Amino acid sequence: MILALAARSLRNRKFTAVLTVLSITLAVMLLLGVERLRNESRESFAATISGTDLIVGARSSPVHLLLFSVFRIGNATNNIRWDSYRTIAQRPEVAWSIPISLGDSHHGFRVLGTTNEYFDHFRFGRSRRLELAQGAVFHDPRDAVLGADVAVNLGYKPGESIVIAHGAGDVSFSLHEDQPFRVTGILARTGTPVDRTVHVTLDGLDAVHARAAEDAFDPLAAAVRAGAGEHAPDAARSDRAITAFLVGLRARGAALAMQRRINEYPGEPLTAILPGATLLEVWEIVGAAERTLFAVSALVVVVGLAGMLVALLTSLSERRREMAVLRSVGARPLHIFALILGEAAFLTLLGIAFGVAALYLGLLAGRPWLESRLGLFIVVGWPSLHEFVLMIVVAAAGVLIGLVPAYRIYRYSLADGMTIRI
Amino acid sequence: MALTVSGPSQTLPPRGSGDSPDAVVALSGVRFSWSGAPPFVIDIDGLRVARGERVFLRGPSGSGKSTLLSLLAGVIAPLEGTVRVLDLNIGTLGGAARDRFRADHIGFIFQMFNLIPYLSVIENVCLPCGFSSRRKQRAVREGRSAEAEAVRLLRHLDMGDAALLRRPVTELSVGQQQRVAAARALIGAPELVIADEPTSALDSDRRAAFLDLLFRECARERAALIFVSHDATLAPLFDRALAFAEVNRGSGFAPPGQGCPR
Repeated sequence: MILALAARSLRNRKFTAVLTVLSITLAVMLLLGVERLRNESRESFAATISGTDLIVGARSSPVHLLLFSVFRIGNATNNIRWDSYRTIAQRPEVAWSIPISLGDSHHGFRVLGTTNEYFDHFRFGRSRRLELAQGAVFHDPRDAVLGADVAVNLGYKPGESIVIAHGAGDVSFSLHEDQPFRVTGILARTGTPVDRTVHVTLDGLDAVHARAAEDAFDPLAAAVRAGAGEHAPDAARSDRAITAFLVGLRARGAALAMQRRINEYPGEPLTAILPGATLLEVWEIVGAAERTLFAVSALVVVVGLAGMLVALLTSLSERRREMAVLRSVGARPLHIFALILGEAAFLTLLGIAFGVAALYLGLLAGRPWLESRLGLFIVVGWPSLHEFVLMIVVAAAGVLIGLVPAYRIYRYSLADGMTIRI
Repeated sequence: MALTVSGPSQTLPPRGSGDSPDAVVALSGVRFSWSGAPPFVIDIDGLRVARGERVFLRGPSGSGKSTLLSLLAGVIAPLEGTVRVLDLNIGTLGGAARDRFRADHIGFIFQMFNLIPYLSVIENVCLPCGFSSRRKQRAVREGRSAEAEAVRLLRHLDMGDAALLRRPVTELSVGQQQRVAAARALIGAPELVIADEPTSALDSDRRAAFLDLLFRECARERAALIFVSHDATLAPLFDRALAFAEVNRGSGFAPPGQGCPR
């Protein structure tokens, strides 16, 4: 009886009810959406590099090593000698290794010297490998493979020539103009820093620097460059240098032992990091922003529920008469209480249901865009336990807020008795 | 409570004795104030209404009439004395039992805003049947549905027109609304109908017609009618007319902020 009355009453006030549900819907959608994106961006961040067991660089802080080797942020302080790399790479635990050499740029994009091992073994996301959108990998020392953003922003196609500049700045005064590279391939978008990287062969890069060294007339400048961690000017094969290398092990379990072994490498001071652990460390730093985002979306939910409170409270004076009539025909004060509380609960639950539905529709519709533009790979599956907890918290908050008008009208209905207040 | 109780009925006889078994309402030594202490809004030595009797209770607004109706309906309990309705001391009932008792035995007609705006005419009339199975049983005892009984009552109150029944209640005239309220008060044949200034919003022609219909239906259902109004011209129409000020020695005036007592 009371349930039927509540439904009829709500239908009578459907405009306000729809607005209330809409505000809760949007708030819940925002909350869960932000939560979803937060998780995905955290996972996507953690998946900037995957499948790599160790990253090795010259002795430095782990975060620093991760930032310049994976995110192309900052510069290496020192190089690694080629023979150190060979010694470690040839150990029996090592399944594969990718040498990388950083320090040059092309129109503001970082240049990374490497080998074809890179395209074979580098993994990101959930063990996704690099795919070529156009062209092919390295065949000649003068070949270059571009990340998706580089190709789009600079408008390159396979076959074009590019010239790299020494140093990482946007504007460099030292162009390796006489030794151009030829674009042979363009990678598919990954949503990782790979998109913003110009990949060239290690051999080609060495040759460029060897020539640059021959041309150098000021030995002091060369020494300064070497000291600053950029390429050693003398690129003779024996004392060739790289910036870092990525290692894949035959058995994951060997990673810690291997890390210790590398950190104690007698030939030169080296640092090895487990990328996953260091990524989390970096996320702790950049994660403050996403926590703020979460706080804001939680506040939006509070605002949505406050809107419901206002709508319920303003309806009370009008419904006070209605309640007196119901009391006169035998409704209990508890009925009246349940009527209002039930309405609040119903509106909240409806808002949550619509919010979840809208979120899923939005995710399904926006997935291609998120994937291509932000590199976020959203898996549209069942809500996580955490999301269920959030929904329950919102529902509980809605019911709790409903207690306020419900209690007020309960008091009214006790006090008014058999009088209709006009 | 060390309050002195005046009046002859301060020592109360056991239930039923001393009152005619036909009394629908019997008040004795009833005192009430919203604050719980003197001065009393209600101070009534004795008031009896017989089965089927039509009683007119006249008094200006603010004289405590509404408080008396709340006492009769069991919405509030007296501080002293007993309120017997159908020989039952409703002061001894718990809140839930009083609400059920009211649903079962009392029909109410308010001054205005009697109807639930989002229910149809028929649904408004049938409302007591949703809260009281007794009223529902009595409404359907002649082998028809509660809805059919509602239509029958409405027809008796000149509201049987099918087009009228389909109208949203908010579009009915005040007189029509009051007749729907009367049908609701009468459905399921409650023993007591309480009307609180039901005609104050009607002009004199409509007032007479409404009362005529109300009396006829109360007589048919053998319901006692307690009719509260400030309009003395109606008094001759009733079996008995009482001036509220003579019945009630209390101050009558509701305390400020009665909307939220305590």
